[in-house]
This record gives sequence, C-alpha cells and structure tokens, in this order.
Amino acid sequence: MDAEWAMTGLIMVPLAAAIVVYVTATRFVAAWGVAVAMIQTGLTFWLTRSILQSGPVQVPLGGWEAPLGIPLYADGISVLMLIMTTLVGATSTCYAAAYFSALQHDPRRSSSQPTIQTFWPLWLILWSALNALFLSADVFNLYVTLELITISAVALIGLAGKAQALVAAIRYLFAALMGSLFYLLGVALLYSTYGTVSWHLLAETVQADVLTWCAASLMIIGLLLKTALFPLHFWLPAAHANAPAPVSGLLSGLVLKASFFMILRLWFYVFHPVMPVSAGWMLSVLGSAAILWGSIQAIRQQRVKLMIAYSTVAQVGYLFLVFGLACEPMGMLAWRGTAYLAFAHACAKAAAFMVAGSLMYMVGSDLLDRWEGIGRREPKLIFALALAGVSLMGLPPSAGFIAKWLLLNAAIGNGRWEVAAVIVLGGLLAAVYMFRIIGVSLSSAVPMPETMPIPRMMRWAPLVLAMVVIVGGIVTTEPIRLLEIGAPPIAAREVAP
Amino acid sequence: MKEAWRGITSMTIGGVLIAALVGIVSYAIWTLPAQSVGLADAAAAELERSGVSNPVTSVLLNYRAYDTLLEITVLWLAVLAAMVLVGGWSTGVGQISETQNPVLRGLVRLLTPLMILISGYLLWVGGHAPGGAFQAGAVLGSAGVLLVLAGVDWTRKVPPWGERVLLTMGLTTFMIVGLGDMLLQGVFLEYPPEYAKWLILVIEAPSGLSIAAALIALFLGGRLRCRHMMSDQMSDEGV
Amino acid sequence: MTYATLYAICGVVLFGIGFYGTVFCRHLIRKVMAVNLMGAGVFLVMIALAARTPSGAPDPVPHAMVLTGIVVAVSATALMLALIRRLHHQTGLTELPEQMEH
Repeated sequence: MDAEWAMTGLIMVPLAAAIVVYVTATRFVAAWGVAVAMIQTGLTFWLTRSILQSGPVQVPLGGWEAPLGIPLYADGISVLMLIMTTLVGATSTCYAAAYFSALQHDPRRSSSQPTIQTFWPLWLILWSALNALFLSADVFNLYVTLELITISAVALIGLAGKAQALVAAIRYLFAALMGSLFYLLGVALLYSTYGTVSWHLLAETVQADVLTWCAASLMIIGLLLKTALFPLHFWLPAAHANAPAPVSGLLSGLVLKASFFMILRLWFYVFHPVMPVSAGWMLSVLGSAAILWGSIQAIRQQRVKLMIAYSTVAQVGYLFLVFGLACEPMGMLAWRGTAYLAFAHACAKAAAFMVAGSLMYMVGSDLLDRWEGIGRREPKLIFALALAGVSLMGLPPSAGFIAKWLLLNAAIGNGRWEVAAVIVLGGLLAAVYMFRIIGVSLSSAVPMPETMPIPRMMRWAPLVLAMVVIVGGIVTTEPIRLLEIGAPPIAAREVAP
Repeated sequence: MKEAWRGITSMTIGGVLIAALVGIVSYAIWTLPAQSVGLADAAAAELERSGVSNPVTSVLLNYRAYDTLLEITVLWLAVLAAMVLVGGWSTGVGQISETQNPVLRGLVRLLTPLMILISGYLLWVGGHAPGGAFQAGAVLGSAGVLLVLAGVDWTRKVPPWGERVLLTMGLTTFMIVGLGDMLLQGVFLEYPPEYAKWLILVIEAPSGLSIAAALIALFLGGRLRCRHMMSDQMSDEGV
Repeated sequence: MTYATLYAICGVVLFGIGFYGTVFCRHLIRKVMAVNLMGAGVFLVMIALAARTPSGAPDPVPHAMVLTGIVVAVSATALMLALIRRLHHQTGLTELPEQMEH
C-alpha cells in the first residue's frame, strides 16, 4: 500500500460514492457523504506523510509513461491543495447534510428549493474532479477535469432555483466555457509544437518563440477568466452570492483555486523561463487593482453574501502579486506566501460563507440591516466569522497573516514599496467590511420576528474551519516544509538575463 | 441613441481586438514547421501491446483511458445537471408524439433495427478501423430519439432504477476494470496485455449503451422517462 | 503553406467569429451556437495540425483528444440549454438582463 493507492483513491472514492448514491437513490445520502469525507481525510493524511518522507510521486496511469500516457503527479503544492480540498470539503459535507435536512422541514420552503438527493452526486463529482485536477500532470487532462469542475459548479448554483441564481449561473457558464476554449486552443498550439501534453516534458523543451508565447497567453487568459481576476471578475459576485449556502463556500474556496493552481503550475513550472518580466508585472498590477476594487465594492454592498463574494475578488488579487514579485531575488518567499494564501483563503472564505448561510437560514435574508443584534443570539457563528475575518485582514495569529507576511517581506525585500502599500491597504479595507458586519450583528438586539432554529452542525462546521485558519497561523513549519517539496526553480530565473 | 452608439463602438473595438487576436494566432500557426511527427510514431510502436489495431481507439481506451473515463463522467454529469434544472419536463416532445405521423412511423420502423445493427457493428469494428463506443452510442442514441419523435413511447417502460443503471453502467464498468487492473498490475487502468483486447470491449459495450442513454436523456431534459405534458410543478416558483 | 496550415488558420478564424458572437450576441441561443463555433474552431485546429506527419497517416493522439473534447462540448451545450430553458420557463427571458447582481 503506497502513495499511488492514496492518489487513485482520492479521485475514485468520491466518484464511486456518487454512482452509488445516484443508482440506489438511498435515503441515507448524507451518511455516504460523511463516510466519503472520512475516507478522504485518511487518504490525504496518508499521501501527505508519504510525500513528506519520500518526495514527489509520479504514477503512470495505465502503465504508460508520458508522453503517451497520463501520469498523476503529487508534490508539495498539490498536496497542500489536496489538504485544503479535504478540509473545506469535509466540513462543507457536514454542513450540507445539516442544511439540506433542515431545509426539508422548513415551512418557508418552496418547490424551487434544492433537495438533498440532487446535491450529493453533483458535489461528490465536483470533489473527485478537484482532486483529479490537483493531481494531474497532463495539460489536456487538466482541461477535462476543469470542465468537470465547471459543469458541476454551475449545476450546483442552479440548484438554488431562483431567477437570480439562474442568470448568474448562465453568465458564469458562458465565461467559464470561453475560458476553457481559450485554454484548449493554447493546448492545441503547444501540442503541435512540442508533441506532448505532459507539463514535465514541456518544461524541459519549452523555447522562447512566437508560438509558445501565443499558446501561453491563450492558456493563461482563459484561466484568468475562470479565476475572475479583475477586470474579468464580472461573473463572480452574483454567482457566488446567489448559490445555495453550502455551495458558495465551495465555489469561493475551492473552485476558484483550481484554475488558479493551473496558472501557478503553468507559469512557474513550464513557462517561467520564457515569459517576459513585464507579463508577470502586468498580472501583479491587475492583482493590485483587484484588491482595491474588490475591497471598495465589498464595503459598498448591502447584502452580506455579496460582500463576502466581492471580498473574494479582492483576495484573488493577492494571489496574483506573486507573478511580478517572483521575477526578483526574493521571489521564493512570494511563491510560498501565495501558495499558503490560497490555502488560508479557502478555509477562511468557506467559513465566512457558511456563517452567512446559517444566519441567512435563520433570518431568511442576508441583508445586513436584518442582522442587527444577531450576534447576541448566535455568538458562536459571529465568533467564527470574526476568526475568518482575522485571516482575511491578515492579522496574527492566522494562516492569512503568515501568507501576507511572506508576501510583504518579498515586496519590501525587493524594494517594491508600492506593492507593500497595496498589501497593507487591502488589509485595512478588509477590516472595514468585516467590522461592518460584525459591528451590526453585535449592536443592541432588536426583537426578531419568526427566526428558524439553526441545526447544531451549521454552527460547528464554520467554527471548526475558522479554527483551522488560526491553527494554520501557529503551526507553520510543516506547511512550509511541504511547499519545499518539488518547489519550482524560481531561483534559476535570477541568473538568467 | 446614446445607447446604440455605445453598442456600436464597443462592437467595433471588440471586433478589431478579436481580429488582431486571430491574426496573431494565425501567424503563430504559420511559423509551425510543415511536418511534425507528434506522437504518431510512439503510438504506433506500442500498438502491438495495446490490444487494438486502430490507433485512435488505442489512445482513447488504452494510453489515455483515464481521459475517457473522466469524459464519460462529464456526460453523466450533464444528465444529472439537466435533471436538476429541467427535471425531465419536455413540452416539445409531448406535442410531436401526439401527431403520430404515419410516414415517420413507417420510416422509423424500418430504420430502428438497422441503426441498432449499425451501432453494434461500429462498436465491434472500433478495434481495428474507425468506430468505437462513442460512435456506436451516438447512433444508438439517435435511434432512441427518433423513436420518441415518432411517438413510440418506449422510454415509459424503463423502470426508474433501470434508467439510473443504464446511465451509469459504462462508468461503473470502467472503474471496476480500472481497479481490477490496479489489484493485478499495481497501476490504475493498466490492462494485462494479453487481455487488453477483451477488457477494452468489456468497457466499450456498456459505455456505448450509457452514452446512448445519456444522449436520449439529454434530449428529453435529463430523464429517460419524460412526463409528456408540461407539468405545473415548476410554474409555481417565485421569480 | 500547406493544406494543414490553411485548415488550421480557418479554425482560428472560426474561433474568432465564435468568440465575437459569444461576447456580443444578446439572444442566449445565439450565444450557445457561438460557443459551439468556438469549440469547432479549436477542434479544426487540432485535427488539421495532426495531419502534418511525414507518413501521411494522421497523428491519433489529437484525434482522440478531439473526441473527448466533442463529448465535453455536448455536455456543456446540454447544460447551457437546460439552464436557458429553465430561465425561460421561469421568467420568459431570452436574454441576460443587464444588471441582476443585487
């Protein structure tokens, strides 16, 4: 029993469970979901241990090595992403189980609201596809997994059933499909030049010519559209805010990270030697714009879920600062910080969306005005929101603080004061919108008409996830050591002219 | 007026930008060498061991079988999504079925057995010539759609569990074979070379049926068993 | 300039037309068709460039990828149509409203 069983299992277990749940139409779907969550936790733990002991693993599926076959590949960053998926996925599973069973007894429920049976196969396929994406070493296979993710994500938004959600889902789907096709055209050009779709082999042979540059641009632009980097974020707020409560967190936490992980992979493992420095800085400038624009929009919103969604636009901006910073001597710090930020943001944002979902279920609305005094009735949830907010603002002790601290060090170390200023300003703006929510919810209580009791799991799941973010700010040596395994050759760039 | 002008301006600018994009990519393709082997030779060299003699099938079901497994998942996922969103509600089909055009019925009566035969042939021939599970599934699926259009209400007779089994049997078989290989050979989907031909056929046959079922289900709005008239279930929803 | 490059460039032009349509067409069904045109363009590029082998027998790997791509495109189209039908049934809309964020 070794790493390849864990890798195959991470992809196949949710998929098999999706089939079983669908075919048997069992009433105990939630139990299956929780069982999958437990198995995934075990497999992730096992794979992490194996990677920490013996370095990156490659599994040639079907026994065919690249370029003919499709290998699975796990290194430090992909394992960090898998841990992120498992943590957010497992808590969301428990949350969803409680949410959907509560919804069935909800008197306000209309026929358009999602039922438990339809959610589970879609979510389990999404889970399987996310793991498949983080483990893939083949740029065409990445396209297929990305499409699986898109289609299941859009269907999950459509579960909400309201016209707003449908419009948001359609807009998201068109944007995502355009993005995928740009990516696929890039893959076609790469294959016709280099005769391979394995990114390991591409990294060895890649040259600086028009065709490579063109292919890289098409792929990255397509993925930027899917990652919603400003100004391509137009689809994100509505899609994430109007999704059902357990789905919003998955979208902001995990689905965005999938396409971002692909950009990170392609940029730093394949195209880094041939990309002009200016292209990296262009992404960083867009990232800075995203931080400011997203934060200001978040402050202006009246609906809490929209605030959190715009906060995602801003936090995605932070992830793109690395592309400029990595061109300079302190690049490695920025790379580590960014990978860790992706992890921190996933947990914090999923927790925030879960809190918003619980309170929205309780009050029946996510308008901030309706939340006055809610914190006195639900202290646990507001505490979880505050913890998540600490990470989003980048305050210690939290994983978000460590990540932003690394980014800040890289910026200052390289003498990029303007980037450092944006990082700090983004944190301050995040404080404004987080304190606005928390402030309103802790204000003196107004008597609330007809609220729904929140199931216990809908309080605990976000709290657990928020605690993870805090623990991630205290226990940092292991994650950083993990990121060292199979880290990209950023340092090599410093020697090149 | 102002709106219209803004529209025209953005469309012109967009058009110019897209034309520039097309120009750059076309130029890049122009710079490609006229000849390139790609993986053709590598694929041909291993063809002996792949269990089939049609190179495309060998890529689809042996070298890159994992892609195909995910792709069958995508198709099933689309059916699930359509079922969630539309719920098998399908007005158009109901109306057509009621007209019962005798010419169409006669034609379909002639065509259906032929199409089933052709789809079986395509499935078998995929091993050494163009064909395979997808082509077979597409032909079988269109036969099923034609039957529905002609008013032959065969999908009503499919029990609910039968529908679910039909839609997933390809994927299930694929995964069982893959895991079986893993137990025997140590790697997911690594067929023992001497059984490769038969294992590929074992995967392809149920996959073809599942693909056909999925295509019919997509046509009928996510369910094989469609309700005929527009039901009122969905019209009471809030906007 | 060979036939293969000519076809591939045709594919890129189709991709561009499809992209324009996806961005600027208002009616949702037209958008669906435009996205499919983009996809067809990419598939044409892949198939055309696979024909450049010296032996004349085309490279099977892009062919298999296009088959996979077609199935993905079918699934995505089905999802688009399902969403559009649902939206139309629920609201009577055939176009996306300008702003429905809030």
